[in-house]
Amino acid sequence: MSAFLDIIASAGLWAAVLRIATPLIFGTLGALLSERSGVLNLGIEGIMTFGAMIGWLAVFNGADLWTGMLVAALSGALFGLVHAAMTVSLGLSQHVTGLGITLFASSLSYYIFRLAVPLASTPPTVTPFQPISVPGLSDLPFIGPALFTQTLPTYLSIVIALLLAYIVYRTPLGLALRMSGENPHAAEAQGVDPIRIRYGAIMAGSALMAMGGAFLTLSAFNSFFPTMVQGRGWICIALVVFASWRPGRALFGALLFAFFDAFQLRLQTVLGNVPYQMFLMMPYILSIAALAVMARRARVPQALMQPYRRGER
Amino acid sequence: MTNDTSVTPVLELSHISKRFGPIVANDDISISLKRGELLALLGENGAGKTTLMSILFGHYTPDGGTVRVDGVELPHGRPRAAIQAGVGMVHQHFSLAPNLTVLENVMTGTEPLWSLRSGTAAARRKLLAIAERFGLGVDPDARLGDLSVGEQQRVEILKALYNDARILILDEPTAVLTNIEAERLFSTLREMARQGLSLIFISHKLDEVMAAADRIVVLRGGKVAAERKASETNKAELAELMVGHRVTRPKREPTTPGETVFEASRLTVSSGGIERLKEIDFFLREGETLGIIGVSGNGQASLSQLMSGLAKPATGEMRLFGEPVTALDVHDLVDAGIGRIPEDRHRQGAIGEMAIWENAVLERIRQPLFSRRGIVDRSAGQAFAATIIEEFDVRGGTPASRTRLLSGGNMQKLILGRNLYRRPRILIAAQPTRGLDEGAVAAVHARILEARKQGTAVLLISEDLDEVIGLADRIQAIVKGRLSAPIAAEHADPRRLGLMMSGDWTSGDGVSGEGNSHAP
Repeated sequence: MSAFLDIIASAGLWAAVLRIATPLIFGTLGALLSERSGVLNLGIEGIMTFGAMIGWLAVFNGADLWTGMLVAALSGALFGLVHAAMTVSLGLSQHVTGLGITLFASSLSYYIFRLAVPLASTPPTVTPFQPISVPGLSDLPFIGPALFTQTLPTYLSIVIALLLAYIVYRTPLGLALRMSGENPHAAEAQGVDPIRIRYGAIMAGSALMAMGGAFLTLSAFNSFFPTMVQGRGWICIALVVFASWRPGRALFGALLFAFFDAFQLRLQTVLGNVPYQMFLMMPYILSIAALAVMARRARVPQALMQPYRRGER
Repeated sequence: MTNDTSVTPVLELSHISKRFGPIVANDDISISLKRGELLALLGENGAGKTTLMSILFGHYTPDGGTVRVDGVELPHGRPRAAIQAGVGMVHQHFSLAPNLTVLENVMTGTEPLWSLRSGTAAARRKLLAIAERFGLGVDPDARLGDLSVGEQQRVEILKALYNDARILILDEPTAVLTNIEAERLFSTLREMARQGLSLIFISHKLDEVMAAADRIVVLRGGKVAAERKASETNKAELAELMVGHRVTRPKREPTTPGETVFEASRLTVSSGGIERLKEIDFFLREGETLGIIGVSGNGQASLSQLMSGLAKPATGEMRLFGEPVTALDVHDLVDAGIGRIPEDRHRQGAIGEMAIWENAVLERIRQPLFSRRGIVDRSAGQAFAATIIEEFDVRGGTPASRTRLLSGGNMQKLILGRNLYRRPRILIAAQPTRGLDEGAVAAVHARILEARKQGTAVLLISEDLDEVIGLADRIQAIVKGRLSAPIAAEHADPRRLGLMMSGDWTSGDGVSGEGNSHAP
């Protein structure tokens, strides 16, 4: 029991929670934005992989780290444009299109990576984002090292979460976004163009997903390998449901999942006699349990996954 | 036109024509609306009412004619222009988002998209002021999906008023409302007219048109058939104008009731921990119709569920064809020849996305007539559907077309045909003519009377007084889950039935003293 407490009381755990949560925060917010407008984007896994690759490649070829993040975001927006064209303009199945984008973007990432970087025994690396100590706050005992010695993209993800919560609930744009996802016909009748809103939300959301991917290669690690996203995209899709499509809760959900993950990593070293696979399962099992409890009250956007065609009821 | 020249009409439709392929939906229609007027646009389904209003609101572009608001011509096909000119539309199917609040539903699209902050406080004040002025009380922060249908309609009206509508168009506003909600709506509409708004409501119900409107324009076959002041016409005249010939609902001829086929005594049905039906007694006899009259929401749904095999009684006794039964089972009912016309024809009566023939055979699909060794006999099903379409005059579809495309009246004829074709011993009809126009009502009534004449025992559940008086031999009122004792139809008149529906069973001159009020 005291081993548990020791883990929870260590500042290292909490620093790791924020680090692990960052790509999930980006990805979940991206998926949430898209779904709030009424479109499911299962391209997330591939878009995160592509963002991780292209951001890293840009930096590897001499761009600075923020340019790398920007390149990743733009590539995400481009995949978002493809997804929007297929699902919004053509009204194709959102599941099939999204999965297609995941397969395509993942494979394309590896292809481009292989073309650009020769096979080597040790993967090439870049110098990633360095932790920034927030002046004043980082000197606080325990809380300082736990929360205020992160890299800039981590702080950015939290700012974006708060910003998104404000936009969704406090601005006309956010209301137009929600109305497009709830009843696009009503939106149209009241002078809001749900097609433009959906394009915008899907592209911005996909950009966020790609930034989450780029965080992996430019902050969490310093090199790219094709399997590095490891299902984080799918976790984000589940977190959106867990969060009941609310940005604030999405932030909380991502942190909760990251906590389970960081906790099990440390637990492995303490309880050496239990097979480590048991610990690896833990965050997923706890997430399913949390989902089962929380998602029962979730209010799904009513027009989610329904293509909108003008003039048709 | 009838308006005097000194006053410019707030709305003027002149010589509007619209064709859809070979069909002429609107043919040279001219209508004007004065300030403070409540105008009814009366017509059967397909008379062109909704097309005309869609042109006015800019959803359709007409082939000819003009729309003027305050003398200024509106550009065709531009809903925004109509909204800006002060025209508001309340659609039959609401344009609302159930997960958003009332205020959010109303506010959508009213502010510049890129404002940094929504003016929620000012919007709430404006909404409450409008609600106060017209008596449209509603909580701005309530989630829309938690509101009743009547309240949702109020939100739809508020939305139009919030956009400064001075002319309000309501498309069949009472189609989804209970009678009480409808009365409340019309008193609101009259108040709005009194305060200077101008309103048009589309309807095919003679009662509400007579009760509410100042002036009535009758459309038939895409043309203006007549225009009348409400004070200078009557229901019979309007019905004739609307249909084009005299419509008389078929008359009930006396029959001699046969043996008792179903009997319920002291039956109680509960659901969700609440007693929906409390110790009710009734019986059905061959060749006789029992009418259950009541304001909706008093247990009718439970009664029709019970009789359809979807609910079980908690206590009490039932006898079906003389045999005691503890519960009715859907399959047994079908096999025993019990026809059911459910209250909600779209949700329980037919599956819109399936073909007409599939709906025609669905409940008997396991019988050897329509399937063999688990394989559906499509040709037999299609032939059966073709027979129903022919004999029951179902218009607007072939056996293979999707059921969704049928109008309400034709869908009801299909359901009737499915149930009556093989002369059922018992027919359960719940609100069989709700939402139908006068011609379809007459057709449905004729079929029900014919089944009764041939010996079917009919249970009619309805909130339409005229319907119950016209069809039923015996009438019981349902109030808060309890059934009154039956009265004979000869003793029924609207005033007395009204008293019975309100729960006043004591003043009845002989309510319990009828010769046949107890089971034989």
